[in-house]
Amino acid sequence: MIVLIALLAGIIFGLGLIVGGMTNPAKVLAFLDIMGDWDPSLAFVMLGAIAVGFFAFRAAARKPVSLLGVPVQLPGTRLIDRKLLLGAVLFGAGWGIAGFCPGPAVTSVFTGGVAVWLFVASMLAGMALHTLGVRRGWL
Amino acid sequence: MVHFTPLESLVGGLLIGFSTLLMIRWLGKISGISGIVGQLWSAPANDRAWRFAFVVGLLVSPLVYALFAPLPAVQIVASTPWLVLAGVLVGFGSRLGSGCTSGHGVCGLSRLSLRSLVATLTFMATAMLVVWLVRHVFLIG
Repeated sequence: MIVLIALLAGIIFGLGLIVGGMTNPAKVLAFLDIMGDWDPSLAFVMLGAIAVGFFAFRAAARKPVSLLGVPVQLPGTRLIDRKLLLGAVLFGAGWGIAGFCPGPAVTSVFTGGVAVWLFVASMLAGMALHTLGVRRGWL
Repeated sequence: MVHFTPLESLVGGLLIGFSTLLMIRWLGKISGISGIVGQLWSAPANDRAWRFAFVVGLLVSPLVYALFAPLPAVQIVASTPWLVLAGVLVGFGSRLGSGCTSGHGVCGLSRLSLRSLVATLTFMATAMLVVWLVRHVFLIG
């Protein structure tokens, strides 16, 4: 059941990205290009998602156990530290260069061609580098 | 604003919100893509199945979409070396900062988390600065 709901949630998430135009890096870059021919569409995606998410998380915060009986895992830390800020700067820089963030990139693997594979492979390498850094105690 | 699609994007956002609702209310999980993907292999064995299922869902979603309408184009402007650099930065940065557009941007802001608001404003401002530099200062692309 858990696997089925996760699969369904993944499909709906991907459909949302496609319907919202977010699987097209050119459209994402048009949102980030506030000094150019600005396309505010991405803000509408965020607005729609948060409008539902707000009530979802408000309900989840009241119950420690999910509807399937699994403990609700909310991030425990509220820390605003160097890792958070440096990570956000590095992520933002990559996002601004390619117009891809993890969701749209993974969603486009079967349909976007070789360039998407290249981006996703590099992204997985970056994630693996982070995992390695944590295990070795560098980070 | 040639390509502005407020209605489609709002509907897309509502779908993403509904997916987030399924994840948190039924599974008790945050639908943050960088966290789900980044811990596909490093998570404990009993914490992997739902991650794989979610990623499979993302991967097949365009095939589901294509049953109803032609898929929109995926237009990539960055050249190969830039794509590789961007990928590494997105992968490493999102893990170091504990989240990306979905984890901090959608889930975090939905929870009214100050930490996620700071992260979201930081990566948005950085991305906007990079696009400004690329397009309007160095005039590439």
